[in-house]
Parts: sequence; C-alpha cells; structure tokens
Amino acid sequence: MCENCCNSDLTLMADVFSDMQKNGDNLITVLQKAQDIYGYLPTDVLYEIAAKTGNSPAKVMGVATFYTQFRLKKVGKYLILLCKGTACHVNGADSIEKAICEELGISDGDTTDDGLFSLKTVACLGCCSLSPVMMINEETYGSLTPSKTVEILREIKGREAK
Amino acid sequence: MRIVIGEGSCGIAAGAGKVHTALTEALRGTDASIGIAGCIGMCFLEPVVDIYDGKTLLKRLVKVSADDAGAIAKAVKNNDLSAVSYLEISEEDSVFLKKQTRIALRRCGLIDPESIDSYLEDGGYNALKKVLSGMSPEDVIEEIKTSGLAGRGGAGFPTWFKWNAARKSEGEEKYLICNADEGDPGAFMDRAVIESDPHALIEGMLIAAYAIGASKAFVYVRAEYPLAIIRLQKAINEATERGLLGDSILGTDFTCRLKIKAGAGAFVCGEETALIESLEGKRGMPRLKPPFPAEKGYENKPSNINNVETFANVSWIIENGGEAFSAMGTENSKGTKVFALTGKIKRGGLVEIPMGLTLREVIYDIGGGIRDNKEFKAVQLGGPSGGCIPKELLDTVIDYKALSATGAIMGSGGMVVMDEGTCMVNMARFFLDFTTKESCGKCVHCRIGTKRMFESLTRITEGNGKEGDIELLTELCEGIRSGALCGLGQTAPNPVLTTIKYFRNEYEAHIKEKKCPAGECAALRQFVIDPEKCKGCTLCSKKCPVGAISGSVKEAHIIDTSKCIKCGQCKEVCRFGAVEIR
Ligand SMILES: Cc1cc2nc3c(=O)[nH]c(=O)nc-3n(C[C@H](O)[C@H](O)[C@H](O)COP(=O)(O)O)c2cc1C
Ligand code: FES
Repeated sequence: MCENCCNSDLTLMADVFSDMQKNGDNLITVLQKAQDIYGYLPTDVLYEIAAKTGNSPAKVMGVATFYTQFRLKKVGKYLILLCKGTACHVNGADSIEKAICEELGISDGDTTDDGLFSLKTVACLGCCSLSPVMMINEETYGSLTPSKTVEILREIKGREAK
Repeated sequence: MRIVIGEGSCGIAAGAGKVHTALTEALRGTDASIGIAGCIGMCFLEPVVDIYDGKTLLKRLVKVSADDAGAIAKAVKNNDLSAVSYLEISEEDSVFLKKQTRIALRRCGLIDPESIDSYLEDGGYNALKKVLSGMSPEDVIEEIKTSGLAGRGGAGFPTWFKWNAARKSEGEEKYLICNADEGDPGAFMDRAVIESDPHALIEGMLIAAYAIGASKAFVYVRAEYPLAIIRLQKAINEATERGLLGDSILGTDFTCRLKIKAGAGAFVCGEETALIESLEGKRGMPRLKPPFPAEKGYENKPSNINNVETFANVSWIIENGGEAFSAMGTENSKGTKVFALTGKIKRGGLVEIPMGLTLREVIYDIGGGIRDNKEFKAVQLGGPSGGCIPKELLDTVIDYKALSATGAIMGSGGMVVMDEGTCMVNMARFFLDFTTKESCGKCVHCRIGTKRMFESLTRITEGNGKEGDIELLTELCEGIRSGALCGLGQTAPNPVLTTIKYFRNEYEAHIKEKKCPAGECAALRQFVIDPEKCKGCTLCSKKCPVGAISGSVKEAHIIDTSKCIKCGQCKEVCRFGAVEIR
C-alpha cells in the first residue's frame, strides 16, 4: 500500500470513535486524537477514519495534508521544532537551521537514519523575545547561536549513546 | 510574604519552572506562599519573580535563575529584602511598564491565571453582572459603539457594527467565535492574554454572546499554544462550576456554552471564513464574501467572529463606560493597542499603549532603542500582510489611517524591529516564502502569483537579479492584490511593495551591483580579514571547513575568496572582530 505499510493496532481508535459519536467531534479533532495515539497518521488508520466518519479517503487525506500539524511519517525520538518566524528570522534562524542540518545530515522534514532526530521548521513558537528559538520535545531553547545549537545536539547524542 | 513567579510560555522557556521548583524547595518550612502569575510582558527580563506583602508589591526581581533561590529564601526568612537588591529591576527597565496604559493586559502578570478566585477578587465578572442585571443587548451594543472599539485582529472593523449585524440577522441559532489563531509569526499578544488572564476573554465573550443572542461559542486556538489551551480549559471549567458559564448564567435565562477548538496549523485559518471551514472540520479554505459570517457563518448560521484582544477590552468598557475608552486615542482610532515588540530591540515584550503615540515613542522610549548600539533601519508591522516602515517615518502616529497611509497596516500587533544588518530584499523574500507555503491554493492569483514573486525575490538575493525585476514584481503585486480571493492573497504584496517603496536602493544594489548592502545575503557577501585587527591566533583557519584561510601564527590571515563558501564560521569564532563582511 505504501512505505508506511503498517499494521497499526486499529483497536486503539475505539474510544476516539465512540467520543466522536457522543460529542460530534469533527474530522480534524479525530485526526488530532489519532496522531496523539500513534505519534503520526499511518495510512491504514487514515483509511479506517475515512470508513468510520463516512468520508472518502481522498477527503481525509486532503484534510490531513492541509494542516502542518499532521504528520504522515514516523518522527524521531527527538523532534526539533525550529522557529523561523519573523523575530527569529531577523535574529539569525537561518544560521541555526544550517548548523542543525550540517550536524545531523538531514534537512527540514527529515528524520536521521538512526531514528533519533527529526527536524521541522515552524512559524513562531511564541517566545519571540528569546529568538532564535527551537523546541526539542517539550523543552524550549532560546537565544541560540550555531555553536550553542550544535552543543545541545551533541549533548543529547552523548546521552543517547550511553 | 507571597512569592509570585511569572509563568507564561516565555517565562517557562526562560527557566521559570526551574526557579519555581528551586524556590519551593528553598522556602520549605517558612510561612511564605508561592504562587504563579501569567506574563507581565517584560520578556527581556524573564524569569520575573514578584515578592508581595498582601497586595503590596515589595520587590520585583528579574532574570532570576534557580541558583538565586537560596538567596531569595534567606532574604524572605530574615525579612530583609535588601539582600536581593542585586536582582531587582533597574530604574531604566521599569520605564518599560510605566509608560504603558494597560486595558486589555490590565491583569496580565498580576493575577493567578489558574484561579477564578484571583480574577473575582480583582473585580472580575462585575461587568457581566452589570450587563445581566439591567442592560438590554441593545444597550450593550450602544456602549460598545460609544467606545469606538474596533477589531484588533487586523482589519480594524467597528465591533459594534458586527455585533449589531449578527443580532439583527435572522435565525434562532447564532454562534460567537473567538479568533485565537494568531498567525502572524512574531506576534504573541493573544497567547499572553489567554495564558495570563483567561477569564477576561471568557467574560468579554459572554457579554458579546448576550449582545448578539448566541448561546454557543467557540474559541479557535492555535495548535502551537498548548499552555493557553490548558489554562483556558481550566478557566472554562471553573466558570461553569460557579454558574458564570453554561445554563442560566447568574440565575438569569441567559445561557451560553463555550468550547475550545484547537487549530491544526494553517495561517489562512486566521481569515474568518477559512476559520469557519476549519471549525467544521474541513480544509481551511476561505469562502467568497458576501454572504458575510453575520448572515451565514458556522454551519451556515449567523455568526460573529472577534479577536482575543477585542474581547479582552469589552468588560473594561462595560465597567468604565464607552466614553472612558474613547477618551483615549485619536480621531479615528480609539482606546489602546497591544503590540509584541521584538527583533533587534533592547527591551522586547508586550507593550500596550493608547492609540496616537508615535512609533518612535514605542521603539525608543518604551523599547529602549536598538540593541548593540546599531542603527535603526525599519520596523515591520502586521506580519505577512503588513509592511516595513523606514526611519524617516518613525514619527508616524499609531492609528489605523496613518499606518495604512505608509503602506503598512496596524495589523494584529506584531512589531518587529530591524537594524542595519537586516537585508530588506531578503525580508520581503522571507514573507513571500511564508505566504507561498501558506496559500491555500484555492485561487490562482494567490497560489501562483506568490510563488512567482518568491522566485524573483530568491533570484535577486542570490545575485541573479535582472534589469526589470523591480517592475515585474510591482506588476505581480498589483495583479495579486486585485485578483486574490481572500485577505491572505490581497495583502501578500504589502511586504514587497513597502520594501520597494522605501528601500529601492537595496533592490538596485542587489540587481545591478550584485551587492547586499546589509551583508545578509550569503551569495553576495565577501568575507575579508582586517589585517589591523587580526592577531594571528589561527582560530579561523583551523575552523574553516574548506581550508580557505591562510597565514602564520601572530600574522594577519587572509581568506581566499575563490575557495570561501561563505559559511561565516570564521566570523563567529574570531575574538577580535577582525572578520568583516563586505
Ligand atoms: C490571512 C489572514 C489571517 C488572519 N489572521 C488572523 C489572526 O491570526 N487573528 C485574528 O484575530 N484575525 C486574523 N485575521 C482577521 C480575521 O479575518 C477577522 O477579521 C478578525 O478575526 C475579526 O476580529 P476583529 O474584528 O475583532 O478584529 C486574518 C485575516 C487574514 C486575511
Ligand atoms: S518568531 Fe520565533 S518564537 Fe516568535
């Protein structure tokens, strides 16, 4: 079917569908809940959602690809959200992106081969006064420089190597 | 004593959570209490810790780190706060707040956003009580009309007019929607209000719902704002428990339910009709207007949409009267406006000022001017829909009309300051990159037009600009402005038009001389070492990834420009500032 040809455990969606019946959740809400469960939106889950919500798979895919929040691929253990909003741009976000890409050998939207890091650029994390800013999983790092960024990444790598 | 830690998203990012944990530990066994507040808006000083005696602020400590917890605890125990005076906010920095007039932000950073009692103690929900105990919906609309309140989401449309249209619109079921999508990258006013004073939003929305006759309301919050969603949900739950929200509010027959809808990340969903599509669970593609949402909005029922800041002003207006609000501001812009002041500014954060102040007053008197003693170059207002205003126009007053006359817009409140090191062509390119990606694709002018503009701008910044490119861009701008379906496309040319208007010389330098005057465009810059400043420490030649730097120890080094890949690492490692960009 696809590269993510996954055998997702569809039973995990049972509560989501029953909530949907009860509260009238719309398609976006259902997709958000599914992503919370699987970490991304596997193709077989999208088909299941289409069937259960009475939409065509094309429509579900249309919504899933419209919004930046939805991911169709697995992400790494550490998801780097790099802000490229206006304030971060003015304060040098491009050089931070370059540093990350060079250090990890990936570009925006990719995951490293070892499955450790994924990089995603976003527009404004709302911490503009600390720009340039990135977020790794739940933690926010501000006032970055290229070398500080590399240090942070190496520290995580070091921790993981142990 | 009461210790209050500012814990908005930016405070937390700066380490407020760690300070909280450390203080809790250090103060164990004392009778001092620890609490939280939202964001006071002084982002440049985060984390901020306030020490109160009852309601009196004794000391405001800034840039506090977890390591300071011991000293603070000791000072509190000894009842001698002078011991932590070294952390106290300076006279100079205090100006930042003193020069502001706060209405929408009046409680931000002062009350506990996670406690309805904190809001009630500060007179919260009094406006709602006043409305429900004697004002008719028409009275409310009249009061808002007197106030002159205009939409703070960008367009500045008179709020009373929209409410009135929704009220008069035929239909039993009506909806009230709050636009908390805050798409302008570089703006965070709405996030701060929700995180710091969520009940102010709820109260404003309830009054609006009463005025238009809606019993169902939504807040559409940006997905990137998880903390705002958590705090707002808590506020909704508490207000419902206290009978201030839900069925028979305050024992009257007014009923209103409020639900949060988390957005899923799409700038265009800030546009009201796209937002409605998204609320319905669809792709956020704008609808053709008319019909306006007041006639056919959510589920094709009459709906009214306002911005967070618009709602945050409502309860103040009801309590203090519309005239008190309209007494502030200019002929055609009343009240105050909140800005998120960021970029190359000394004191960045949230600024609320009466309309009518000049940009210079905000940037210099409140913001303290440009960082690192650099020259001011431009200020960007309104994000991807707005424009850049140059130095010559710094005395422009903040007023819907005056700002539009410059080619920029008031916008929702993003105010990004740029210095001499910012390339204006690259700035235009940055915004077009954004609008190209965010264009929903429904109409051709926007989908293809923004892409073509982005390509031209990219070419210019890469040194491949051609004679006639400026004219081509101007022509594209006109076409998109007049042909696009929604505000996203119609305003996308603004960053390009304003930079061409005020910084044409920079475009020309890129195109004709293949030079970037600001030294930002990588392809056009040349790195050189100033032999006077170079001490021959060899750090740069060791760092250079392509071996382009030569020279012996203690002698001036030289960069071979034919090998140089312009990565800038030499400039970053040099401790003597000897590497220059030309
Ligand atoms: C592309 C685009 C993005 C917008 N983004 C926002 C936004 O993030 N927040 C907002 O309040 N209004 C935004 N607006 C304006 C809304 O369409 C609408 O005018 C506003 O929410 C009305 O509220 P107000 O009258 O209180 O300003 C946007 C408009 C456009 C065209
Ligand atoms: S622009 Fe980067 S956090 Fe706002």
